[in-house]
Amino acid sequence: MQPTQQVSIPELIQQVPLNYYLIVSTALFVIGIIGVLTRRNAIIIFMSIELMLNAVNLLLIAFSSYRSDSAGQVFVFFIMAVAAAEVAVGLAIIVMIYRNIRSIDVGLLNKLKW
Amino acid sequence: MKPIEIVFYVLTGITLLSAITVVTARNPIHSVLALIATFFCLSGHYILMNAQFLAAVNIIVYAGAIMVLFLFTIMFLNLRREDEESKTNLTKMAAVVVGGILMVTMLLVFRAVQLPAVNEGNFDARTGLVEQLGIMLYSDYLLPFELASVLLLVAMVGAVMLGKREAGDRHF
Repeated sequence: MQPTQQVSIPELIQQVPLNYYLIVSTALFVIGIIGVLTRRNAIIIFMSIELMLNAVNLLLIAFSSYRSDSAGQVFVFFIMAVAAAEVAVGLAIIVMIYRNIRSIDVGLLNKLKW
Repeated sequence: MKPIEIVFYVLTGITLLSAITVVTARNPIHSVLALIATFFCLSGHYILMNAQFLAAVNIIVYAGAIMVLFLFTIMFLNLRREDEESKTNLTKMAAVVVGGILMVTMLLVFRAVQLPAVNEGNFDARTGLVEQLGIMLYSDYLLPFELASVLLLVAMVGAVMLGKREAGDRHF
């Protein structure tokens, strides 16, 4: 493999400290948590979970890029595969819930409530 | 302020604003659209960090496949009614307080942690490119990669089984 042309460090990695990405992804994660806790629409709760997954993805990619270690990005790849599977099954469950109680309000699903 | 910093701040601002819109929007369709905007902004971040492969995959998988699935489900369920009775203000306040406490805790932890600086010497700027990731994926992570296909198959079968109309089902 002949050496390709010299690729320099991305400008962002030189200029923006990694701490900023820690803060951004924490903020995203917290927004996701607040969404799960405040909403009753099952689909919006599901979307908040996606937000939290993406916060983790952002953090993994940030660490991986700043340390120039590919393993983190491979992990993100697997997280995306798992998220796709999770969304398919989760939405099927939501459709089933809607079929049975004609609503996707999670407040109505209290049969198992202690 | 350098141009790259401005780009970073603008992208971050749009990301967080659209994430907040996802959580607060009354209409689920608006939530989905805001979530798509969030994913595009995150892809922008990935491109800035030179993780080009994952930026593309993020758009294809999240903004493409998953969001279409969400939109399809919302239209399928016909959730146009805006009568979603939200939780009480007390619950909302408690949720925001819980989130805020977590945020503050994490920020305090970040203040204490000392992150190592970027290693200029042996920095490899090609980590996020397809070539590097492909080598990694097909050598070190070959077994998980193959197992992911099994996972997707299982999820597909499960979704079909769950979504199938059964004999005694009501029609709607």
